[in-house]
Amino acid sequence: MDFYSQITRNKRMTYVLFLIFFILIGFLAYIVSFVIDWYFGAGFIFFYSIFGVLTIIFAIASYYSSDKIVTSISKAKEAPVAKFKQLHNIVEELCVASGLPKPKIFVMDDTAINAFATGRNPEHAVVCVTMGCLTRLNRAQLQGVIAHELSHIKSYDVRTMTIATVLVGITVLLSDMIFRTFFYGSLGGSNSRDSGGLFFAMLGISIILAILTPIIAKMITFTISRKREFSADAAAVQLTRNPEGLATALEVIEKDTEKLEAANKATAHLYISNPLRGQKLLMKSLFSTHPPLKERIQKIRGH
Amino acid sequence: MIDLLIIGVVVLVIIIVLLWIITTYNAFVQIEKQVQNSWAQIDVQLKRQADLIPNLVETVKGYAKFEKKVLTDVTKARTAIMSAKTPAQAAKGENMLSGALKSIFAVAESYPKLQASENFKSLQEELSSTANKVAFARQFYNDMVMKWNTLILQFPSNVLANMFGKNKEKESFEASASERKNTKVDFSDLS
Repeated sequence: MDFYSQITRNKRMTYVLFLIFFILIGFLAYIVSFVIDWYFGAGFIFFYSIFGVLTIIFAIASYYSSDKIVTSISKAKEAPVAKFKQLHNIVEELCVASGLPKPKIFVMDDTAINAFATGRNPEHAVVCVTMGCLTRLNRAQLQGVIAHELSHIKSYDVRTMTIATVLVGITVLLSDMIFRTFFYGSLGGSNSRDSGGLFFAMLGISIILAILTPIIAKMITFTISRKREFSADAAAVQLTRNPEGLATALEVIEKDTEKLEAANKATAHLYISNPLRGQKLLMKSLFSTHPPLKERIQKIRGH
Repeated sequence: MIDLLIIGVVVLVIIIVLLWIITTYNAFVQIEKQVQNSWAQIDVQLKRQADLIPNLVETVKGYAKFEKKVLTDVTKARTAIMSAKTPAQAAKGENMLSGALKSIFAVAESYPKLQASENFKSLQEELSSTANKVAFARQFYNDMVMKWNTLILQFPSNVLANMFGKNKEKESFEASASERKNTKVDFSDLS
Protein backbone atom coordinates (compact mmCIF):
# COMPACT_ATOMS: atom_id res chain seq x y z
CA MET A 1 0.00 0.00 0.00
CA ASP A 2 1.48 3.37 -0.91
CA PHE A 3 2.02 5.95 1.79
CA TYR A 4 -0.81 8.28 0.75
CA SER A 5 -3.44 5.57 1.27
CA GLN A 6 -1.71 4.39 4.46
CA ILE A 7 -2.10 7.88 5.94
CA THR A 8 -5.78 8.12 4.90
CA ARG A 9 -6.51 4.68 6.31
CA ASN A 10 -4.95 5.50 9.66
CA LYS A 11 -6.78 8.83 9.90
CA ARG A 12 -10.04 7.03 9.19
CA MET A 13 -9.29 4.42 11.87
CA THR A 14 -8.70 7.22 14.38
CA TYR A 15 -12.14 8.72 13.67
CA VAL A 16 -13.77 5.29 14.03
CA LEU A 17 -12.04 4.75 17.35
CA PHE A 18 -13.16 8.15 18.63
CA LEU A 19 -16.70 7.31 17.56
CA ILE A 20 -16.58 4.08 19.56
CA PHE A 21 -15.26 6.11 22.49
CA PHE A 22 -18.20 8.52 22.39
CA ILE A 23 -20.72 5.69 22.11
CA LEU A 24 -19.09 4.05 25.11
CA ILE A 25 -19.33 7.25 27.13
CA GLY A 26 -22.92 7.80 26.05
CA PHE A 27 -23.80 4.28 27.16
CA LEU A 28 -22.07 4.78 30.49
CA ALA A 29 -23.81 8.13 31.04
CA TYR A 30 -27.15 6.40 30.44
CA ILE A 31 -26.36 3.75 33.04
CA VAL A 32 -25.25 6.45 35.44
CA SER A 33 -28.46 8.40 35.13
CA PHE A 34 -30.45 5.19 35.60
CA VAL A 35 -28.50 4.41 38.76
CA ILE A 36 -28.73 7.95 40.15
CA ASP A 37 -32.45 7.79 39.70
CA TRP A 38 -32.63 4.84 42.12
CA TYR A 39 -30.75 6.46 44.98
CA PHE A 40 -29.94 10.12 44.91
CA GLY A 41 -31.19 13.49 43.89
CA ALA A 42 -29.53 16.02 41.62
CA GLY A 43 -27.08 17.23 44.27
CA PHE A 44 -24.89 14.19 43.69
CA ILE A 45 -24.49 15.00 40.00
CA PHE A 46 -23.52 18.58 40.85
CA PHE A 47 -20.65 17.33 43.01
CA TYR A 48 -19.24 15.16 40.24
CA SER A 49 -19.72 17.84 37.59
CA ILE A 50 -17.24 19.97 39.51
CA PHE A 51 -14.68 17.20 39.19
CA GLY A 52 -15.49 16.80 35.52
CA VAL A 53 -14.95 20.49 34.86
CA LEU A 54 -11.68 20.42 36.81
CA THR A 55 -10.46 17.50 34.71
CA ILE A 56 -11.22 19.36 31.49
CA ILE A 57 -9.58 22.59 32.74
CA PHE A 58 -6.49 20.63 33.74
CA ALA A 59 -6.36 18.88 30.37
CA ILE A 60 -6.70 22.19 28.49
CA ALA A 61 -4.01 23.84 30.61
CA SER A 62 -1.56 21.00 30.05
CA TYR A 63 -2.41 21.00 26.33
CA TYR A 64 -1.54 24.68 26.02
CA SER A 65 1.75 24.40 27.86
CA SER A 66 2.55 20.89 26.65
CA ASP A 67 5.78 22.05 25.08
CA LYS A 68 7.11 23.52 28.33
CA ILE A 69 5.88 20.73 30.57
CA VAL A 70 7.28 17.89 28.49
CA THR A 71 10.68 19.45 27.93
CA SER A 72 11.15 20.13 31.63
CA ILE A 73 10.12 16.59 32.57
CA SER A 74 12.58 15.17 30.06
CA LYS A 75 15.43 17.46 31.13
CA ALA A 76 15.86 18.74 27.61
CA LYS A 77 17.81 21.86 26.72
CA GLU A 78 17.40 24.10 23.71
CA ALA A 79 20.00 23.29 21.03
CA PRO A 80 22.01 26.36 19.94
CA VAL A 81 22.56 26.67 16.20
CA ALA A 82 26.34 27.03 16.44
CA LYS A 83 26.83 23.72 18.20
CA PHE A 84 24.14 21.75 16.38
CA LYS A 85 24.29 23.08 12.83
CA GLN A 86 23.62 19.78 11.08
CA LEU A 87 20.59 19.08 13.27
CA HIS A 88 19.17 22.53 12.52
CA ASN A 89 19.89 22.04 8.82
CA ILE A 90 18.03 18.73 8.73
CA VAL A 91 15.03 20.23 10.52
CA GLU A 92 15.02 23.23 8.16
CA GLU A 93 15.22 20.98 5.09
CA LEU A 94 12.20 18.99 6.23
CA CYS A 95 10.30 22.17 7.03
CA VAL A 96 10.79 23.21 3.40
CA ALA A 97 9.57 19.78 2.30
CA SER A 98 6.47 19.87 4.52
CA GLY A 99 5.61 23.58 4.52
CA LEU A 100 5.75 23.62 8.34
CA PRO A 101 7.21 26.54 10.30
CA LYS A 102 10.49 25.72 12.00
CA PRO A 103 9.87 24.28 15.49
CA LYS A 104 12.05 24.85 18.56
CA ILE A 105 14.83 22.28 18.72
CA PHE A 106 15.84 20.64 21.99
CA VAL A 107 18.47 18.07 22.88
CA MET A 108 18.44 15.50 25.70
CA ASP A 109 21.74 14.51 27.24
CA ASP A 110 21.18 10.74 27.00
CA THR A 111 23.08 8.11 25.03
CA ALA A 112 19.92 6.17 24.16
CA ILE A 113 18.51 6.75 20.65
CA ASN A 114 15.11 8.40 20.84
CA ALA A 115 13.22 11.54 19.86
CA PHE A 116 9.87 13.19 20.49
CA ALA A 117 7.74 16.06 19.28
CA THR A 118 5.19 18.05 21.23
CA GLY A 119 3.18 21.26 21.09
CA ARG A 120 -0.49 21.95 20.39
CA ASN A 121 -0.04 23.18 16.80
CA PRO A 122 2.79 23.69 14.27
CA GLU A 123 3.31 27.29 15.41
CA HIS A 124 4.07 26.20 18.97
CA ALA A 125 5.92 23.00 18.30
CA VAL A 126 9.04 21.47 19.83
CA VAL A 127 11.21 18.67 18.47
CA CYS A 128 13.64 16.95 20.84
CA VAL A 129 16.35 14.37 20.11
CA THR A 130 18.81 12.55 22.33
CA MET A 131 22.57 12.92 22.03
CA GLY A 132 22.46 9.25 21.11
CA CYS A 133 20.59 10.17 17.92
CA LEU A 134 23.24 12.68 16.93
CA THR A 135 26.21 10.43 17.55
CA ARG A 136 24.87 7.03 16.48
CA LEU A 137 22.66 7.74 13.47
CA ASN A 138 23.93 8.88 10.06
CA ARG A 139 22.46 11.85 8.25
CA ALA A 140 19.84 9.89 6.29
CA GLN A 141 18.66 8.03 9.42
CA LEU A 142 18.48 11.23 11.48
CA GLN A 143 16.51 12.80 8.64
CA GLY A 144 14.03 9.91 8.78
CA VAL A 145 13.58 10.27 12.54
CA ILE A 146 13.04 14.03 12.34
CA ALA A 147 10.60 13.57 9.45
CA HIS A 148 8.61 11.17 11.66
CA GLU A 149 8.47 13.71 14.48
CA LEU A 150 7.48 16.57 12.16
CA SER A 151 4.69 14.38 10.79
CA HIS A 152 3.30 14.04 14.32
CA ILE A 153 3.22 17.83 14.53
CA LYS A 154 1.61 18.20 11.12
CA SER A 155 -1.18 15.75 12.01
CA TYR A 156 -1.93 17.52 15.29
CA ASP A 157 -1.31 14.24 17.11
CA VAL A 158 -0.66 15.92 20.43
CA ARG A 159 -4.15 17.40 20.26
CA THR A 160 -5.66 14.04 19.34
CA MET A 161 -3.99 12.24 22.22
CA THR A 162 -4.96 14.99 24.68
CA ILE A 163 -8.60 14.64 23.67
CA ALA A 164 -8.31 10.87 24.03
CA THR A 165 -6.84 11.28 27.51
CA VAL A 166 -9.68 13.59 28.55
CA LEU A 167 -12.20 11.05 27.28
CA VAL A 168 -10.52 8.35 29.35
CA GLY A 169 -10.77 10.66 32.34
CA ILE A 170 -14.48 11.13 31.77
CA THR A 171 -15.16 7.40 31.46
CA VAL A 172 -13.22 6.75 34.65
CA LEU A 173 -15.25 9.47 36.38
CA LEU A 174 -18.56 8.03 35.20
CA SER A 175 -17.58 4.49 36.18
CA ASP A 176 -16.54 5.76 39.56
CA MET A 177 -19.95 7.39 40.01
CA ILE A 178 -21.64 4.07 39.40
CA PHE A 179 -19.41 2.28 41.86
CA ARG A 180 -19.87 4.76 44.67
CA THR A 181 -23.59 5.01 44.12
CA PHE A 182 -24.06 1.31 44.58
CA PHE A 183 -21.67 1.20 47.49
CA TYR A 184 -23.40 3.91 49.48
CA GLY A 185 -26.78 2.88 48.21
CA SER A 186 -26.50 -0.69 49.41
CA LEU A 187 -25.28 0.55 52.79
CA GLY A 188 -28.17 2.92 53.39
CA GLY A 189 -30.94 0.76 51.98
CA SER A 190 -32.59 1.68 48.74
CA ASN A 191 -35.81 3.59 48.24
CA SER A 192 -36.21 1.99 44.86
CA ARG A 193 -39.71 1.55 43.60
CA ASP A 194 -39.40 -2.01 42.43
CA SER A 195 -36.79 -4.41 43.77
CA GLY A 196 -36.35 -7.93 42.69
CA GLY A 197 -34.84 -9.61 39.66
CA LEU A 198 -34.54 -6.60 37.36
CA PHE A 199 -32.83 -4.53 40.02
CA PHE A 200 -30.16 -7.13 40.73
CA ALA A 201 -29.60 -7.71 37.02
CA MET A 202 -29.03 -3.98 36.45
CA LEU A 203 -26.84 -3.89 39.54
CA GLY A 204 -24.67 -6.71 38.20
CA ILE A 205 -24.38 -5.19 34.72
CA SER A 206 -23.55 -1.74 36.08
CA ILE A 207 -20.76 -3.04 38.27
CA ILE A 208 -19.23 -5.13 35.49
CA LEU A 209 -19.38 -2.12 33.14
CA ALA A 210 -17.90 0.13 35.80
CA ILE A 211 -14.88 -2.14 36.01
CA LEU A 212 -14.51 -2.84 32.30
CA THR A 213 -15.06 0.54 30.69
CA PRO A 214 -11.95 2.31 32.03
CA ILE A 215 -9.91 -0.63 30.75
CA ILE A 216 -11.63 -0.54 27.36
CA ALA A 217 -11.18 3.23 27.24
CA LYS A 218 -7.45 2.88 27.87
CA MET A 219 -7.21 0.18 25.19
CA ILE A 220 -8.90 2.49 22.69
CA THR A 221 -6.43 5.26 23.53
CA PHE A 222 -3.48 2.93 23.01
CA THR A 223 -4.90 1.69 19.72
CA ILE A 224 -5.26 5.30 18.53
CA SER A 225 -1.66 5.92 19.56
CA ARG A 226 -0.41 2.92 17.57
CA LYS A 227 -2.35 3.93 14.46
CA ARG A 228 -0.85 7.40 14.74
CA GLU A 229 2.63 5.90 14.89
CA PHE A 230 2.08 4.02 11.61
CA SER A 231 0.65 7.20 10.14
CA ALA A 232 3.70 9.22 11.16
CA ASP A 233 6.02 6.59 9.65
CA ALA A 234 4.13 6.76 6.33
CA ALA A 235 4.12 10.57 6.32
CA ALA A 236 7.85 10.62 7.11
CA VAL A 237 8.60 8.50 4.05
CA GLN A 238 6.36 10.76 1.98
CA LEU A 239 8.49 13.72 3.10
CA THR A 240 11.93 12.26 2.58
CA ARG A 241 11.08 9.96 -0.37
CA ASN A 242 13.72 7.74 1.23
CA PRO A 243 12.20 4.74 3.08
CA GLU A 244 15.59 3.24 3.90
CA GLY A 245 16.55 6.24 6.05
CA LEU A 246 13.80 5.70 8.59
CA ALA A 247 13.80 1.90 8.18
CA THR A 248 17.51 1.59 8.99
CA ALA A 249 17.14 4.09 11.84
CA LEU A 250 14.45 1.88 13.38
CA GLU A 251 16.72 -1.11 12.88
CA VAL A 252 19.50 0.64 14.80
CA ILE A 253 16.99 1.49 17.55
CA GLU A 254 15.83 -2.13 17.64
CA LYS A 255 19.35 -3.32 18.38
CA ASP A 256 19.87 -0.63 21.00
CA THR A 257 19.48 -1.97 24.53
CA GLU A 258 20.07 1.28 26.37
CA LYS A 259 17.30 2.60 28.58
CA LEU A 260 16.12 6.15 28.17
CA GLU A 261 16.40 7.46 31.71
CA ALA A 262 14.06 10.40 31.59
CA ALA A 263 11.06 8.52 30.18
CA ASN A 264 8.10 7.25 32.18
CA LYS A 265 4.56 6.03 31.49
CA ALA A 266 3.23 9.56 31.18
CA THR A 267 5.53 10.61 28.35
CA ALA A 268 6.14 7.24 26.69
CA HIS A 269 3.61 7.76 23.89
CA LEU A 270 5.42 10.83 22.57
CA TYR A 271 8.69 9.09 21.69
CA ILE A 272 9.56 7.58 18.33
CA SER A 273 10.18 4.18 19.88
CA ASN A 274 8.63 2.90 23.06
CA PRO A 275 11.14 3.78 25.78
CA LEU A 276 9.48 1.31 28.14
CA ARG A 277 9.82 -1.70 25.88
CA GLY A 278 12.40 -3.44 28.02
CA GLN A 279 10.09 -3.50 31.00
CA LYS A 280 7.55 -6.19 31.72
CA LEU A 281 4.15 -4.90 30.72
CA LEU A 282 0.87 -6.74 31.15
CA MET A 283 -0.77 -7.71 27.84
CA LYS A 284 2.03 -5.94 26.06
CA SER A 285 0.62 -5.51 22.60
CA LEU A 286 -2.84 -4.20 23.51
CA PHE A 287 -1.54 -1.72 26.05
CA SER A 288 1.49 -0.59 24.10
CA THR A 289 1.71 2.98 22.83
CA HIS A 290 3.83 1.89 19.86
CA PRO A 291 3.47 -0.92 17.35
CA PRO A 292 6.27 -3.52 17.29
CA LEU A 293 9.41 -2.23 15.55
CA LYS A 294 9.58 -5.20 13.15
CA GLU A 295 6.06 -4.47 11.91
CA ARG A 296 6.86 -0.78 11.45
CA ILE A 297 10.02 -1.56 9.47
CA GLN A 298 8.09 -3.97 7.22
CA LYS A 299 5.36 -1.43 6.52
CA ILE A 300 7.91 1.26 5.69
CA ARG A 301 9.57 -1.03 3.17
CA GLY A 302 6.16 -1.72 1.65
CA HIS A 303 5.77 -5.37 2.56
CA MET B 1 -47.66 20.48 10.17
CA ILE B 2 -46.24 18.57 7.21
CA ASP B 3 -45.65 21.84 5.36
CA LEU B 4 -43.52 23.13 8.23
CA LEU B 5 -41.46 19.95 8.21
CA ILE B 6 -40.84 20.14 4.47
CA ILE B 7 -39.83 23.79 4.70
CA GLY B 8 -37.48 22.93 7.55
CA VAL B 9 -35.81 20.19 5.57
CA VAL B 10 -35.44 22.39 2.49
CA VAL B 11 -33.87 25.18 4.55
CA LEU B 12 -31.47 22.70 6.13
CA VAL B 13 -30.43 21.34 2.72
CA ILE B 14 -29.86 24.87 1.39
CA ILE B 15 -27.68 25.73 4.39
CA ILE B 16 -25.61 22.57 3.96
CA VAL B 17 -25.09 23.25 0.25
CA LEU B 18 -24.09 26.86 0.96
CA LEU B 19 -21.59 25.76 3.57
CA TRP B 20 -20.11 23.28 1.12
CA ILE B 21 -19.77 25.94 -1.57
CA ILE B 22 -18.03 28.31 0.86
CA THR B 23 -15.55 25.75 2.18
CA THR B 24 -14.74 24.44 -1.29
CA TYR B 25 -14.20 27.93 -2.71
CA ASN B 26 -11.92 28.77 0.21
CA ALA B 27 -10.01 25.58 -0.46
CA PHE B 28 -9.48 26.74 -4.06
CA VAL B 29 -8.10 30.06 -2.85
CA GLN B 30 -5.90 28.56 -0.14
CA ILE B 31 -4.35 25.84 -2.30
CA GLU B 32 -3.74 28.22 -5.19
CA LYS B 33 -1.85 30.49 -2.78
CA GLN B 34 0.15 27.50 -1.55
CA VAL B 35 1.11 26.64 -5.12
CA GLN B 36 2.29 30.22 -5.78
CA ASN B 37 4.21 30.42 -2.49
CA SER B 38 5.94 27.10 -2.99
CA TRP B 39 7.03 28.15 -6.50
CA ALA B 40 8.63 31.28 -5.06
CA GLN B 41 10.26 29.19 -2.35
CA ILE B 42 12.28 27.27 -4.98
CA ASP B 43 13.86 30.52 -6.12
CA VAL B 44 14.62 31.53 -2.52
CA GLN B 45 16.51 28.31 -1.87
CA LEU B 46 18.42 28.58 -5.14
CA LYS B 47 19.59 32.09 -4.26
CA ARG B 48 20.63 30.90 -0.80
CA GLN B 49 22.69 28.17 -2.36
CA ALA B 50 24.36 30.64 -4.69
CA ASP B 51 25.11 32.91 -1.71
CA LEU B 52 27.46 30.36 -0.21
CA ILE B 53 29.78 30.47 -3.19
CA PRO B 54 31.99 33.48 -2.30
CA ASN B 55 32.75 31.85 1.05
CA LEU B 56 33.67 28.61 -0.66
CA VAL B 57 35.95 30.40 -3.13
CA GLU B 58 37.75 32.22 -0.29
CA THR B 59 38.29 29.03 1.74
CA VAL B 60 39.58 27.13 -1.23
CA LYS B 61 41.74 29.83 -2.82
CA GLY B 62 44.41 29.47 -0.13
CA TYR B 63 45.20 26.01 -1.39
CA ALA B 64 46.81 27.53 -4.42
CA LYS B 65 47.04 24.64 -6.83
CA PHE B 66 43.36 24.94 -7.79
CA GLU B 67 43.10 25.72 -11.48
CA LYS B 68 41.71 29.15 -11.96
CA LYS B 69 39.09 27.78 -14.32
CA VAL B 70 37.41 25.75 -11.60
CA LEU B 71 36.99 28.77 -9.35
CA THR B 72 35.79 31.09 -12.11
CA ASP B 73 33.31 28.46 -13.31
CA VAL B 74 31.68 28.39 -9.94
CA THR B 75 31.56 32.17 -9.68
CA LYS B 76 30.02 32.39 -13.14
CA ALA B 77 27.35 29.91 -12.08
CA ARG B 78 26.55 32.04 -9.05
CA THR B 79 26.12 35.12 -11.22
CA ALA B 80 23.84 33.18 -13.53
CA ILE B 81 21.57 32.20 -10.63
CA MET B 82 21.49 35.65 -9.03
CA SER B 83 20.64 37.41 -12.28
CA ALA B 84 18.11 34.86 -13.48
CA LYS B 85 14.78 36.43 -14.41
CA THR B 86 12.84 33.28 -15.22
CA PRO B 87 12.71 29.90 -13.49
CA ALA B 88 14.22 28.32 -16.59
CA GLN B 89 17.27 30.61 -16.34
CA ALA B 90 17.61 29.87 -12.62
CA ALA B 91 17.52 26.15 -13.29
CA LYS B 92 20.24 26.56 -15.94
CA GLY B 93 22.39 28.45 -13.44
CA GLU B 94 21.84 25.72 -10.89
CA ASN B 95 23.04 23.13 -13.37
CA MET B 96 26.24 25.06 -13.96
CA LEU B 97 26.67 25.26 -10.20
CA SER B 98 26.26 21.52 -9.66
CA GLY B 99 28.84 20.75 -12.32
CA ALA B 100 31.33 23.30 -10.99
CA LEU B 101 30.91 22.15 -7.40
CA LYS B 102 31.59 18.59 -8.41
CA SER B 103 34.89 19.67 -9.96
CA ILE B 104 35.88 21.57 -6.82
CA PHE B 105 35.17 18.64 -4.52
CA ALA B 106 36.97 16.26 -6.88
CA VAL B 107 40.10 18.41 -6.79
CA ALA B 108 39.79 18.93 -3.01
CA GLU B 109 40.24 15.22 -2.51
CA SER B 110 43.94 15.55 -3.27
CA TYR B 111 44.34 18.15 -0.52
CA PRO B 112 43.88 16.30 2.81
CA LYS B 113 44.68 19.47 4.76
CA LEU B 114 41.84 21.29 3.04
CA GLN B 115 39.48 18.38 3.61
CA ALA B 116 40.33 18.33 7.31
CA SER B 117 39.84 22.05 7.84
CA GLU B 118 36.75 22.88 9.88
CA ASN B 119 35.84 25.67 7.51
CA PHE B 120 35.73 23.36 4.54
CA LYS B 121 33.79 20.68 6.41
CA SER B 122 31.11 23.09 7.55
CA LEU B 123 30.93 24.53 4.02
CA GLN B 124 30.33 21.03 2.66
CA GLU B 125 27.49 20.56 5.12
CA GLU B 126 26.00 23.93 4.17
CA LEU B 127 26.20 23.25 0.44
CA SER B 128 24.75 19.79 0.90
CA SER B 129 21.94 21.17 3.03
CA THR B 130 21.00 23.95 0.62
CA ALA B 131 21.05 21.50 -2.29
CA ASN B 132 18.61 19.36 -0.27
CA LYS B 133 16.46 22.42 0.38
CA VAL B 134 16.25 23.22 -3.32
CA ALA B 135 15.21 19.64 -4.00
CA PHE B 136 12.65 19.67 -1.19
CA ALA B 137 11.28 23.03 -2.34
CA ARG B 138 10.63 21.49 -5.76
CA GLN B 139 9.09 18.44 -4.11
CA PHE B 140 6.79 20.62 -2.01
CA TYR B 141 5.78 22.60 -5.09
CA ASN B 142 4.92 19.37 -6.90
CA ASP B 143 2.93 18.18 -3.87
CA MET B 144 0.91 21.42 -3.90
CA VAL B 145 0.32 21.11 -7.64
CA MET B 146 -0.95 17.58 -7.14
CA LYS B 147 -3.26 18.80 -4.36
CA TRP B 148 -4.63 21.49 -6.69
CA ASN B 149 -5.10 19.23 -9.69
CA THR B 150 -6.81 16.61 -7.55
CA LEU B 151 -9.18 19.16 -6.06
CA ILE B 152 -10.30 20.64 -9.38
CA LEU B 153 -10.72 17.27 -11.05
CA GLN B 154 -12.45 15.26 -8.31
CA PHE B 155 -16.22 15.16 -8.02
CA PRO B 156 -18.04 17.13 -6.63
CA SER B 157 -15.53 19.97 -6.31
CA ASN B 158 -14.91 19.92 -10.06
CA VAL B 159 -18.44 21.21 -10.58
CA LEU B 160 -17.63 24.31 -8.54
CA ALA B 161 -14.22 24.58 -10.18
CA ASN B 162 -15.80 24.88 -13.59
CA MET B 163 -18.38 27.37 -12.30
CA PHE B 164 -15.79 29.67 -10.75
CA GLY B 165 -13.38 29.32 -13.63
CA LYS B 166 -10.75 27.74 -11.39
CA ASN B 167 -10.34 24.71 -13.54
CA LYS B 168 -6.89 25.04 -15.09
CA GLU B 169 -4.53 22.25 -14.22
CA LYS B 170 -1.11 23.38 -13.12
CA GLU B 171 2.19 21.97 -14.32
CA SER B 172 4.45 20.16 -11.95
CA PHE B 173 8.17 20.88 -11.95
CA GLU B 174 9.94 18.36 -14.10
CA ALA B 175 13.59 18.29 -14.91
CA SER B 176 14.07 18.94 -18.59
CA ALA B 177 15.59 16.19 -20.67
CA SER B 178 19.00 17.87 -20.81
CA GLU B 179 18.99 18.44 -17.06
CA ARG B 180 18.34 14.76 -16.51
CA LYS B 181 21.39 13.90 -18.58
CA ASN B 182 23.69 16.05 -16.43
CA THR B 183 24.90 14.12 -13.44
CA LYS B 184 23.68 15.58 -10.17
CA VAL B 185 26.18 16.18 -7.40
CA ASP B 186 25.85 13.43 -4.81
CA PHE B 187 26.68 14.66 -1.31
CA SER B 188 25.51 11.63 0.67
CA ASP B 189 28.93 10.02 0.91
CA LEU B 190 30.46 13.20 2.29
CA SER B 191 28.32 13.33 5.46
